Amino acid sequence: MDETDTTLVRLLEENSRIPTVELAAMLNLPAAEVEERVRALQVAGVIRRFTAIVDRARTDDGGVAAILELKVSPERDHGYDRIAERIARFDEVRSVRLITGTYDLHVLVAGTDMQEIARFVSEHIAPMERIRETATHIIMKSYKENGTLLFSRESGGERQPFSF
Amino acid sequence: MRDHVSHAARTIPPSGIRRFFDLVQTMDDVISLGVGEPDYSTPWKAIDACMYALEQGQTSYTSNRGLPALCERITDDLARDFGLCYDPETEVIVTTGVSEGLDIAIRAVTDPGDEVLVAQPSYVSYGPCVTLAGGVPVPVPCVAADRFRLDPDRLMERVTPRSKALVINFPNNPTGAVMTASDLKGIADVVEDHDLVLLSDEVYGELSYESPHVPSATIGALRERTITLNGFSKAYAMTGWRVGYLCAPAELADAALKIHQYVMLCAPHMGQVAALAALRSARAEKDAMVEEYRLRRNLVVAGLNRAGLSCHLPEGAFYAFPSIEGTGLSDVEFAEQLLAEERVAVVPGSVFGEGGAGHLRCAYAVSREDLSEAVRRIERFVAGLSGQAIPVPGAPLTVD
Repeated sequence: MDETDTTLVRLLEENSRIPTVELAAMLNLPAAEVEERVRALQVAGVIRRFTAIVDRARTDDGGVAAILELKVSPERDHGYDRIAERIARFDEVRSVRLITGTYDLHVLVAGTDMQEIARFVSEHIAPMERIRETATHIIMKSYKENGTLLFSRESGGERQPFSF
Repeated sequence: MRDHVSHAARTIPPSGIRRFFDLVQTMDDVISLGVGEPDYSTPWKAIDACMYALEQGQTSYTSNRGLPALCERITDDLARDFGLCYDPETEVIVTTGVSEGLDIAIRAVTDPGDEVLVAQPSYVSYGPCVTLAGGVPVPVPCVAADRFRLDPDRLMERVTPRSKALVINFPNNPTGAVMTASDLKGIADVVEDHDLVLLSDEVYGELSYESPHVPSATIGALRERTITLNGFSKAYAMTGWRVGYLCAPAELADAALKIHQYVMLCAPHMGQVAALAALRSARAEKDAMVEEYRLRRNLVVAGLNRAGLSCHLPEGAFYAFPSIEGTGLSDVEFAEQLLAEERVAVVPGSVFGEGGAGHLRCAYAVSREDLSEAVRRIERFVAGLSGQAIPVPGAPLTVD
């Protein structure tokens, strides 16, 4: 990845729907080269998916999410990888991360309601071999997701249409 | 009753675009490229530090010169970034924005009748500040053929035995022009030969896109005769906090400090706290904003050239300065009609003095969405004019 790719990734991460012609103008490149670079970044696995950031509080689907912290006994030769991958395969699991500190894995789980999450954790996660301890934190409110503020500021700081 | 308004107040020109401003206020759906300020809010770290300081009751005057920690941080950064050394206790003044710094610098060096050379197109306050100080502003044009840089020969043409000082502003508002070290060397020779003081407004210094900023005071022996003006408004999106600074050799700084003491006492304490926090911890945020302006610049310049308005690639600040030559309209007519027909506000170049006519100042410190929409509207407007005149084909997007 060169400097142009780094900028391209940053711009797409911020807004994946920027038209190619605008990317081309900003990066001072032909549009065909921008398309080629995006394709190459996808092939290389740098860009995994183009998606949207959704404010769950506004979707009215009553869904809930929880953060699970897990203490895990690592396996000889595999460390945390195999158990983390097993956890990651559940559809309910939105993210899995190996972390430092008291717990080993940080897992984000989404479900339709609290009961579903409780059932999922107690039936599928907690009983797994090598999981020594779990702590489940229900998310009450989200203020920022993936760099996007989910609250509206009181005022946008209106600027005068003219100044010197 | 006699006329109580002073001659000076009567003779300085009113804001050249007041009319537009009034008009824009009455219209909906206007995209304004008329605003010379960032669309960003101040980096949160600076705001947060200021709120904490306010809670702690830091609401008093500061020393006239400014918070010592801020003066020190400013001089440390100048030494680190440019090898430019100033004594924080005698050669720096924190001012209420660059506007105040400019005013006190001009007053510190101007006697009645002194001529002060002003490189134009320029920010609109330079000339009137000279007039209010009793001096005579003498414009020196920076022209499109020179890519709006100040040419030593053109400067020489305006120098007289009464010339006292030269005011320059690079990166430039409104043209976006930047002076390289060798460009500045040519100016330094004239300034030294004629024993002038240089007032260098470098508020857009951080917004240099093609090469690192070169402070005037680093050229030759200019440090000894230069008052450098800078501030936080543009780079750190801090326009409303009103904090700038001035650096000069102690003798000149002392003179400016006396005026500052009488007219301002000190810059706003809360603004100084925020500025210090910005320098300490918001460098990454500043760099990210500068990078974003660079991308927007490419976007707007490509769009303006596509629309048929020849636009050089501005190397600094956040203004594009396209030519409207060939449209058959004056810059004022173009701006008025563009606003009325397409609801895009730009500033006619003639507002910024000699060399500005026939151009438009388009500030690109607006969101990319607005910028793209504004460019689409300008394209449509210029296409509609083609019945009247044939636009000049766009210049290629190059830097040399």
